[in-house]
Amino acid sequence: MRTKEVAYLLKLEMALDLRQRAAWGGMLLYVVSAVYVCFLAVKGGLGTATWNALYWIILLFAAFNALARSFQREDGGRQLYLYTLVHPRSVVLARSLYNAITMVVLSLLSLLFYVLFLGNDALAEADLVQFLLAVVLGAIGFAAVLTLVAAIAARAGNGLGLMAILGFPIVLPMLLAVMRASKLALDGVAFSVNSTYFGGLVLLDVITVTLAWLLFPYLWRD
Amino acid sequence: MKQGWWKLLAVVLLLAASIAALRVPLAPDLVHVTPDRIAPGPVELTITGYNTHFTDGSAVYLENTDQRVCPVEVVVKDETHITARFDVPMGLKDNLTDLGVGKLRYDGALFTEGLGEGVESGACGPGVQKLDLSGLAFVFPNRSILYESIRNLHFHVPMWFAMIALMGISLVFSIRTLASNSLDHDRAALSAMMIGLLFCALGLVTGALWARATWGAFWTNDVKLNGAAVTALIYLAYLVLRGSIPDAHKRARLAAIYNIFAFVLLVLFLFVLPRLNAIDSLHPGNGGNSGFGDLDMDNRLRTVFYPAVLGWILLGIWMFTLRNRAARITEQLER
Repeated sequence: MRTKEVAYLLKLEMALDLRQRAAWGGMLLYVVSAVYVCFLAVKGGLGTATWNALYWIILLFAAFNALARSFQREDGGRQLYLYTLVHPRSVVLARSLYNAITMVVLSLLSLLFYVLFLGNDALAEADLVQFLLAVVLGAIGFAAVLTLVAAIAARAGNGLGLMAILGFPIVLPMLLAVMRASKLALDGVAFSVNSTYFGGLVLLDVITVTLAWLLFPYLWRD
Repeated sequence: MKQGWWKLLAVVLLLAASIAALRVPLAPDLVHVTPDRIAPGPVELTITGYNTHFTDGSAVYLENTDQRVCPVEVVVKDETHITARFDVPMGLKDNLTDLGVGKLRYDGALFTEGLGEGVESGACGPGVQKLDLSGLAFVFPNRSILYESIRNLHFHVPMWFAMIALMGISLVFSIRTLASNSLDHDRAALSAMMIGLLFCALGLVTGALWARATWGAFWTNDVKLNGAAVTALIYLAYLVLRGSIPDAHKRARLAAIYNIFAFVLLVLFLFVLPRLNAIDSLHPGNGGNSGFGDLDMDNRLRTVFYPAVLGWILLGIWMFTLRNRAARITEQLER
């Protein structure tokens, strides 16, 4: 029953986003602009460490930008309507899931543009599977943390500004761990060395989603 | 006074721990020897000690791989200075020579030239001995780099214990806020948070001073320090969040949710991630650096440390109750 609700809400999110193509266009344009600015700013080659750091910084800001709007749609009437139809926990699960999908797609597209503009020298010795795993886990992690933060910021009636203040310190642990993991992957270390980071990331993701699932009903009721 | 016994306990513990932390002397040790390089032939060493009692006539000797060299002449200038003349023989085995004065040893004090197959050992020193503090009065360990700053252990570390305790109290009241929708619980959560932030600030200041004295910089890029910075940012963000919501009940609920969410992630960040990053930390207890348990063979630091922790936590709770009462009275007066 609950899974049906989640699946339905997920479909609803996708349908709504397909209808508002400007939103996706905006996100992509943001990423491309950010990558292009970096390309212009960093003339010449980048070291592996800088290449990695820059990519994650772009992705971090893209995540804030993309996820800030995830609860903006719910003005009073629509929220009340949803509240009468489904359990709030289904809403937050569906929204987290949808945001995770968004972020994975967005981060892979960013990677494409990033490699296109800033070159793939850093990937020369990389363990690509591990690197992509780090990117995907990082994207899911950003989505998991920022979904609840976006909900809090939206309820406080103060969009992106408050979200950055609230979200930055709690996304930082995730960012540091994921940067470490992807740097190690770029250096091409064995999976056994890097697996503690991946384990830590999965743990963070699971705990974050569980917390969001637990707390969201209190956030929704008025 | 019956309910206030723990406040009295806090005061007593804090006074005792602070006096001990400030007044107890450091263990005697040798801190400086000039010159730091010896070659075969006559050499005059000037030895500087710290908290030592050289006038009690301790034997001075050089030691190089179990071979001892005795001095030709020793002049004790005062409690902390000795001049000793040696006739360094040709053919010591190792290129680092230790210096001993009585029970005190300075390992690797002198870089040695003119190595060989070894020399005949003199019979002047008491032989190889580990520094043994147990016979002495209550003292702090004397560690190079740390020296007197080791006293900060009893101020810097308890600040973080007290902060975590107060953030824990704040968390409990935040959970109760969600369960009861009561503004009283929300006020308590905020009060605990404010006092916790005060301890956070004190922890940062004492830590920065200590880092300057030992690592050479007020701030370094370190897992523990990042954890401290994130903690401060999270709880300042909590205050910003509160400030941006005019409606009291909504503010209470949103702040409680953020507090719970942030606290759990913070605990993960402070206590789980540093274990993953274990390779690169300067901070004691991380990255292969010894915690104080390793320096403190006979646990004498703990007899001051644990009372200090308990005292600061109790003081924090006392401050929290006072602030909470003041906030409640202010609200009643405004109404």
